[in-house]
Amino acid sequence: MVSGALGKIYRDGEVIIHQGNAGESMYVVQSGRVEVVLQSENGGERHLAFLEAGNFFGEMSVFEKEVRSATVRAAGEARVLKIDKKTLLRRIREDPLLAVNLLKTMSHRIRVLNSELAQHRGAQ
Amino acid sequence: MGLSSETSVADAFAGLGTGDASEFELRDGSRIAVVGGGPAGSFFSYFLLKMADAIDLEIEVDIYEPRSFKYCGPAGCNHCGGIVSESLVQILSAEGIVLPDTVVQRGVESYVVHMDVGDVAIESPVHEQRIAALYRGNGPREGGDTPLESFDDFLQGMATKRGARVVRQLITGVDWQEGLPQLQFASHSARSYDLVAVAAGVNSNFIKLLDDHPAGFEPPKTTRGYICEFRSTEEEILNILGSSVHVFLLDIPRFEFAAIIPKGPFATVVMVGDDLDEELVHAFLNDPVVRRTFPTNTVPCVCSCKPLINLGARKRPYGDRIVLVGDSGVTRLYKDGIGAAFRTGKAAATAAVFHGVSGEDFEQHFWPACKSIANDNAVGRIMFATNAIMKNSRITRRAMLTMAQKEQARADARPHMSSLLWNMFTGSAPYTEMFRGTFHPGFIGNLILSLGSALVPRQKNANVKNSEV
Repeated sequence: MVSGALGKIYRDGEVIIHQGNAGESMYVVQSGRVEVVLQSENGGERHLAFLEAGNFFGEMSVFEKEVRSATVRAAGEARVLKIDKKTLLRRIREDPLLAVNLLKTMSHRIRVLNSELAQHRGAQ
Repeated sequence: MGLSSETSVADAFAGLGTGDASEFELRDGSRIAVVGGGPAGSFFSYFLLKMADAIDLEIEVDIYEPRSFKYCGPAGCNHCGGIVSESLVQILSAEGIVLPDTVVQRGVESYVVHMDVGDVAIESPVHEQRIAALYRGNGPREGGDTPLESFDDFLQGMATKRGARVVRQLITGVDWQEGLPQLQFASHSARSYDLVAVAAGVNSNFIKLLDDHPAGFEPPKTTRGYICEFRSTEEEILNILGSSVHVFLLDIPRFEFAAIIPKGPFATVVMVGDDLDEELVHAFLNDPVVRRTFPTNTVPCVCSCKPLINLGARKRPYGDRIVLVGDSGVTRLYKDGIGAAFRTGKAAATAAVFHGVSGEDFEQHFWPACKSIANDNAVGRIMFATNAIMKNSRITRRAMLTMAQKEQARADARPHMSSLLWNMFTGSAPYTEMFRGTFHPGFIGNLILSLGSALVPRQKNANVKNSEV
């Protein structure tokens, strides 16, 4: 690991969070790229997105007491920083504007999903 | 009627704050001066411009910083130990601010506590490098050949990318014209602003201009720190110190706290205390516990300073069209000064953009963030006083060591003492939270057992080993 690196290094293909597992943290990609995949019950999987430096994931388990909705793994070597639920929520309580940054990304993701859903329905 | 020496301060501020509330709102074209381009000034500018942009407010921000942080040594230095706490690293990431590898000189994964009775390494609770050791300027004197980048320069770059303008001019006075603050310069020119944010720290001469402000900017209590930079090769520093910050709880008369922080080819020694002098620094560096950890005879000191450290809070770090952020106003006791700069800088920016720049606006929307830090510091003083008592007794030192060693040796053990020491040294949690942790039955029970164990004569106590890390 580079001496100045923050976070944890994940090797290519190494899983960072598992779909279906309980989660108490969100993650921010510091360098490299991670892949988000949806695993089906029959063992197949579907690619959802690649996330790069500055992007976050795992936030849904922080705000809802639900299990991880997807699996995220390193696509090539990636360095990822874990953010504790307690640290994040305590800070949001003191500074609600922190949540705006997260809301912007989540809003963008809903917009992309809506667009994909519309395309999917149009194709049917 | 300025704050320069020839006119009275009371005259300079007479008649301020008599307008209605709306005159204190920022509007398109409003001008804001930020005095000081360190973390507090840059965080304030960055968030001010980001929030203004979010509500389509067009404002001008001038950051007055005569120094360039691209210089190594005292010319570009802000006199700081250079640690970004675990909680701040996480919050910056959540804000979308990722610290580059060139700025972070070492990701810290553990703290090693050194005492005469032994050492214990306390690992990060998540086994991840989430604390950043870095340089505020471009590194110590003689560091020009190293590929490092300044943290303060990085933050200033974030603010300038948002539209802030850095002005390399020395401010010589503050005047008030028609209710607006006016900065005066050595060139005998002047410029008026709708708001002046003071982020000049406690080591700046500018801050002295505000000490007699009628709004009540009483200076905070300060103490002296000692910072010394040692240089070797990156491999040797890594070999000696690893990726750990080393802290020392030693029974040296007048000694309070010291840490050694690895940063690339350098190691920073930081000492804090009310009664710090050359004799105490010498006694510390030559203490056998320090010498076995960090042999200074083989690693030369290349740069040192004795900066002032803010120990408290100004009673009212704001007034109409003026606000004091970071060390200039309120900071955390001994720890996480950069975290306090972030919190107060962002709170002041939020107040200014969404509410206004009157003293009342800052009292309602900025002061709560400062007060929260100040109240937590009061609990912190109790914690440090208790720590001082415990570190002065060999029995309590041994009990702390035994308890932390046992917790670190067992993966399933609840880390009561380890968490307390980790948070005390890293500044990762509020002092109030640490204080509450000391009332946990598990903490009290294990501490009593460890004290009992420490009272047993050492030769009979086979479980406690004077381990070396």
